[in-house]
Amino acid sequence: MTDDSLLEVRNLKKYYPIKKGLLNRTVGEARAVDGISFDVHRGETLGLVGESGCGKSTAAEAIVRLEEVTAGEVIFNGGDRAGAARDENGVHPNDVTKFDKQELKEFRRGAQMIFQDPSSSFDPRMKIGSSIAELLQIHGMSDRHRRRAIVEDLLERVGLSATDFDRFPHEFSGGQKQRIALARALVLNPDLVVADEPVSALDVSIQAEVLDLINDLQEEFGLSLLFISHDMSVIREICDRVAVMYLGKIVEIGSTEEIFSNPQHPYTEALLSSIPMPDPRREKEGIELKGTVPDPVNPPSGCRFHTRCHKVVQPDDVDIEQEQWRGVLNFRDRAAAGTIDVDGIRQTLIAENDGGTAVSDDAVRQDLRAEFDLPNTIADPDIESAVTDAIDQVMAGEDEAAATTLADAFTTPCEETEPEFTDHGDGHQSACIRHNDQRQSADLAAKSEAD
Amino acid sequence: MSAEEPLLSVENLTTRFDTDAGTLTAVDGIDFDVREGETVCLVGESGSGKTVATESVTRIVKEPPGHVEGEVIFRGRDLLSMPESELRKIRGHNIAHIFQNPQDALNHCFTVGWQIVEAMQVHQDVPDDEARAKAIDLLDEVGIANASERFEDYPHEFSGGQKQRVMIAMALVGNPDLLIADEPTTALDVTVQAQILKLLGRLQDEYGMGILFVTHDLGVVAEIADRIVVMYAGKVMERGGVYDIFERPAHPYTQALMQCLPGRGETTTGITGSLPDPTNPPDGCRFAPRCEHAVQDCQVGEQPDEVDIGDDHAVSCVYYRPGYDSSVVADDTLSAGTTTDEEGPADD
Repeated sequence: MTDDSLLEVRNLKKYYPIKKGLLNRTVGEARAVDGISFDVHRGETLGLVGESGCGKSTAAEAIVRLEEVTAGEVIFNGGDRAGAARDENGVHPNDVTKFDKQELKEFRRGAQMIFQDPSSSFDPRMKIGSSIAELLQIHGMSDRHRRRAIVEDLLERVGLSATDFDRFPHEFSGGQKQRIALARALVLNPDLVVADEPVSALDVSIQAEVLDLINDLQEEFGLSLLFISHDMSVIREICDRVAVMYLGKIVEIGSTEEIFSNPQHPYTEALLSSIPMPDPRREKEGIELKGTVPDPVNPPSGCRFHTRCHKVVQPDDVDIEQEQWRGVLNFRDRAAAGTIDVDGIRQTLIAENDGGTAVSDDAVRQDLRAEFDLPNTIADPDIESAVTDAIDQVMAGEDEAAATTLADAFTTPCEETEPEFTDHGDGHQSACIRHNDQRQSADLAAKSEAD
Repeated sequence: MSAEEPLLSVENLTTRFDTDAGTLTAVDGIDFDVREGETVCLVGESGSGKTVATESVTRIVKEPPGHVEGEVIFRGRDLLSMPESELRKIRGHNIAHIFQNPQDALNHCFTVGWQIVEAMQVHQDVPDDEARAKAIDLLDEVGIANASERFEDYPHEFSGGQKQRVMIAMALVGNPDLLIADEPTTALDVTVQAQILKLLGRLQDEYGMGILFVTHDLGVVAEIADRIVVMYAGKVMERGGVYDIFERPAHPYTQALMQCLPGRGETTTGITGSLPDPTNPPDGCRFAPRCEHAVQDCQVGEQPDEVDIGDDHAVSCVYYRPGYDSSVVADDTLSAGTTTDEEGPADD
């Protein structure tokens, strides 16, 4: 544990119960945030990035305790809390998740939040000045004139004018409202600001303005910032370090420069390659992520990204083309989910044949293989025979049997082992089993070079 | 300009709305065209009138309070002067729309299959079972897995990206010649956005349709556009091919937009000020009040006439008039900017 960490998040979990039926019994849990750890150092900006549904906003809300956490620690060393140490039971006195009401109120002074939609985060019937001054009042500043003076000063510092104090939220544009939200977050002089997609609702031209302002204010006030966004280009602009989240887990964390120039986790690579670049001459290949984020109620085992990963690892005794391997696994997963649409394929083929004529089973088999990017014969005989059997079973409508056939024949190390973090130096870490086992990653490197 | 007749040709399109505060001119006499099989991007900040412009094309703006004037020639016929009953045959059939928020565009009380079939049967006399088969086919085409089962699902059972795919499937029922896509990926994640853009590109090749694409995201524009029309406060500021606009932006507004892009340009200060009041636009160039190069001539009269600066590239700025030195507004910082630092992940 370093002295300069303002915020230490340790193994934070937030599960939402899924309730069903008359008795409202809990039948499962959505694991929105499933054990994440990171630090925010004093004066730095940490970005949390990921697709929607990956749990980044939940993480933010759990950290400022707008949501009660399921497990884990959030240690906040702001205010006059620095330097505290754990007691003999291992409980940290600065653990936000265990704060009582009084401590929580104090904590809220030191940690503020900015939300995505500036229009829904202000009371439409309250002057914006009063909205900001209310915080001062709650925290014990009883002098009305002093409150007004402070707020007016702050409004000017975020690029508005003191006379805006008496105006109402609807009189401002989105960008201006976000400036007011900034003023509100800063009025208590916090150490930490958690900003949840603060510029996503704004136009590009205004985005740049607000980001610039955030940067300036951060310097001026010596703030630490936890910045949540799905927009990689915004993250790149403003963050010192970045944590990439996927389905409730952090898959990679490191300095912004490292993450962007030298991404280690396949998910980070895919995410970076999906950013549309404002350069019409750029090669438009990129890695396309198929499908969507899996259901957090029933997340994939092992590495959670393995169901969509383009670099999913082959077992030691298998050596086929990566694309085919991905196809074989997709075929298996779809069979297991029972979502292979043989009838649909048949109908499509009939339609292409101008209707009427029956389609041979072989044609359907071909199409099925084509759908999963499988060649007519897979180089590995064991897999080939399993796939052939499974296709027959799928054609006969026995999806379950097909799933079993395939599951028995092969598996990927990615779904069996949960990857550990590997250090790539300078605090750049990623959780991918390709790096866990050095021998294997050396193998892989050799393999991909040979390709 | 090529000799062949464009698919869609918009001339002097003006859309006004009567409001309590006076007449609001959202689109003020703009021209543009879309040729067969090409993608034209309409770019600008929110409030610049790009959405109203596309909605005026098929007259789906509410009238009143709206008034649409001008000419919209689609395949030789003027959409604005034809009776509503004629226009209905074209909407959703020859010209299809997809919108920003698929959840608002789908009816949550009906299954998606039903809605696609309905869209089909409005224009074509197809028996139910055939329509169903075709709808499943389309769902499959736009990448909905297990289409024959998903046919019976309701919109809430689909994710945002899937709903947008359903909308695209619905737009394709009439095999349209022109697809108008109004910020179709703005509400989606980057990864899903990449999927949808790829899908649109593939479908365009397959169906040979023209696409009029509205967006404020220049990254998306660079990815899909053939030609670009830059709008500001209801007027066209600049138009040209995608390479010209990105590599030689001529209008100070376009340059300012490019400068706003994270990772591009020197400053990230944004464009100071905001859009002019649409009920009372300034004289002269609409952008003059925010333009760092503005001179006296910029602030009098009408929006400057567009000056052709070669290769289908035209700009509405006084500096390109005879007697002015256009190098004043020529952008030096950006000519180097085309080689934006490589951001793609290192290859394996």
